[in-house]
Amino acid sequence: MKRKTTAPKRLRPRSAKPKPNTWTLRLYVAGQTPRSLTAFANLKKLCEQHLAGRYCIEVVDLVQQPELGRVDEIVALPTLVRKLPEPVKRLIGDLSNFDRVRLGIDLIEHSLAS
Amino acid sequence: MAKRTPPPRKSLQKAPTGISGFDVITAGGLPAGRPTLVCGSAGCGKSLFAAEFLMRGAVEFDEPGVLMTFEETAADIEKNVASLGFDLPRLIAQKKIVIDHVRIDRSEIEENGEYDLEGLFIRLGHAIDTIGAKRVVLDTIEALFSGLNNQAVLRSEVRRLFAWLKDRGMTTVITGERGDGTLTRQGLEEYVSDCVILLDHRVSGQISTRRLRVIKYRGTTHGTNEYPFLIDAEGISVMPITSSGMDYVVSNERISSGIPELDALLTGGGYYRGSTILLSGTAGTGKTSVAAHLAEATCRRGERCLFFSFEESPAQIIRNMRSIGINLAPHVKAGRLAFHSARPTMHGLEMHLVRMHKMIEDFKPSVVVLDPVSNLQSAGTLDDSTSMLVRLIDHLRTHQITGFFVSLTRGRDAIESTEEGLSSLVDTWLLVRDIELGGERNRALYVLKSRGMAHSNQIREFLITAQGVKLVPAYLGAAGVLTGSARLSQEAKERAEVTAVESEVARRRMTLEHRRRAVEAQIEALRAGFRAENEELSRALATEQARVDQITADRARMAANRHAGTRNGDNQSP
Repeated sequence: MKRKTTAPKRLRPRSAKPKPNTWTLRLYVAGQTPRSLTAFANLKKLCEQHLAGRYCIEVVDLVQQPELGRVDEIVALPTLVRKLPEPVKRLIGDLSNFDRVRLGIDLIEHSLAS
Repeated sequence: MAKRTPPPRKSLQKAPTGISGFDVITAGGLPAGRPTLVCGSAGCGKSLFAAEFLMRGAVEFDEPGVLMTFEETAADIEKNVASLGFDLPRLIAQKKIVIDHVRIDRSEIEENGEYDLEGLFIRLGHAIDTIGAKRVVLDTIEALFSGLNNQAVLRSEVRRLFAWLKDRGMTTVITGERGDGTLTRQGLEEYVSDCVILLDHRVSGQISTRRLRVIKYRGTTHGTNEYPFLIDAEGISVMPITSSGMDYVVSNERISSGIPELDALLTGGGYYRGSTILLSGTAGTGKTSVAAHLAEATCRRGERCLFFSFEESPAQIIRNMRSIGINLAPHVKAGRLAFHSARPTMHGLEMHLVRMHKMIEDFKPSVVVLDPVSNLQSAGTLDDSTSMLVRLIDHLRTHQITGFFVSLTRGRDAIESTEEGLSSLVDTWLLVRDIELGGERNRALYVLKSRGMAHSNQIREFLITAQGVKLVPAYLGAAGVLTGSARLSQEAKERAEVTAVESEVARRRMTLEHRRRAVEAQIEALRAGFRAENEELSRALATEQARVDQITADRARMAANRHAGTRNGDNQSP
């Protein structure tokens, strides 16, 4: 579907991370649109699959908290920000391509490591 | 009559930019509440234009603004506008400006599935609402296209963004980098239909000139020319020079040239105020001195004079003029005289013109001197320099500023012509030429033309003395114009001749007097003779008369006697 071929790959060993087990994810949406619901459902599904029990999803409605847009550099919606583990990673879109999400926020690596 | 009040025209509302000159060519500024695209190649000043629009809006027109920057950080922008004299942190603290730096790093963003740019809308909307903004700048929104992949989404979202800004009534400036064959790389001009401004930075013959053109401005008239503009410590200045009309007011007032003899040549006491004077001449004929006289006279009247020098530095002019008794330094100190020295090749002609305009606007002189105009063509072509001077002349006349142009005639040129073709443009043309005679090279000045005033047809010898320029009548005779020593010797000769003639006249007068006296004496003698004769004659006449009377009386007596006696009177008829 996407033409993008060069996904940022930062696959490196994460042994030095202090708390590698807790994932903090923040999903930015604008109201209860079908797209934001899809994104949330997709994210939830993935997390359950790979990070069951050690993740935390925070859904931010940017319409309600517009000031956060600047803080997290939000341009497109929905945006998923992986706050922890570092480094911060951003994914935009409704997260419908699971493989790409896994790759994008290093889910595979972590699920393998755990 | 009362019904003649025109119905209120629904003219386009405009938001003044405060950028000097720009509001003039657009008749009021940018379209209020609508987006404007400012495009141009790298380094043409579009970001500065946008920033100045926003800052001036906040400071001068009380219209708060949001700067959404996609390239520079807030700190960079703060530095940029500080150089223009805007205190950005203070404006931000006063809630007049919001700067939102949108950072899009391709390496940090992974696209997955469908998305839109609602985040950007919310951010912008939030920024607008926080300060009640009226103006928005998006600099440069095209960065989105390099940061994100889905071009289709981007295009529709950018279109939606512009429409949204228009709906919210934001006067928006969108900057865009110029593309190949298109105004912007991403074809933003398709989405902005109200106003498009193109900035250009052209280099020709190693001299750069910035130009601005309003490509499109829907619903209003605007200047369509390319206007040169300038970026300096006060930001952008656009010069609406080419729009100069020819309907200027003229003055009958005369202003002194600073040389009394020259004022006398121009019958009536000098140049017309607001007229244009050209002084042309070959090298070393004292052209700058004449200009300095005018400058000095202007300052002495308490007016201001702006002296553009393209050959000499101010210090040089002041020193040189002091040597001929024109002291300009006090006037410079008092702020009445300003010099501006620049090599013609320092920048393009347009730039020269723009700079001159700006200085004239700032300094508000009543006299402007350009010394010399003839080498301006080294900064461009002859046509360019002519057109530039025409525009300068128009500008000066419109503002009733007297312009004094010095032109150097090169040896090979005809003396009564200028390369710039200025001759038909100027009102008064003075010509200084040198005359070689008797092993001397002397200067002569004459008035070639002077519109609207009787002027002398005389050639005057032009002397540069320690007390300034002096004009003395030169000799124009069979031998040609006599100047210098030849004139002096001619003067001496003529003086001697005059003396000789005068003594001859006196001698003749004396002779005449003698003759008159002799004649008068004769007349007196004749009169005396006549009187004597007259008396004698009248005495004789009286005697005769007496005798006649006596006879008559005797006859009467005799007749009476006869009548008293017998009637033997025979001379009586019965």
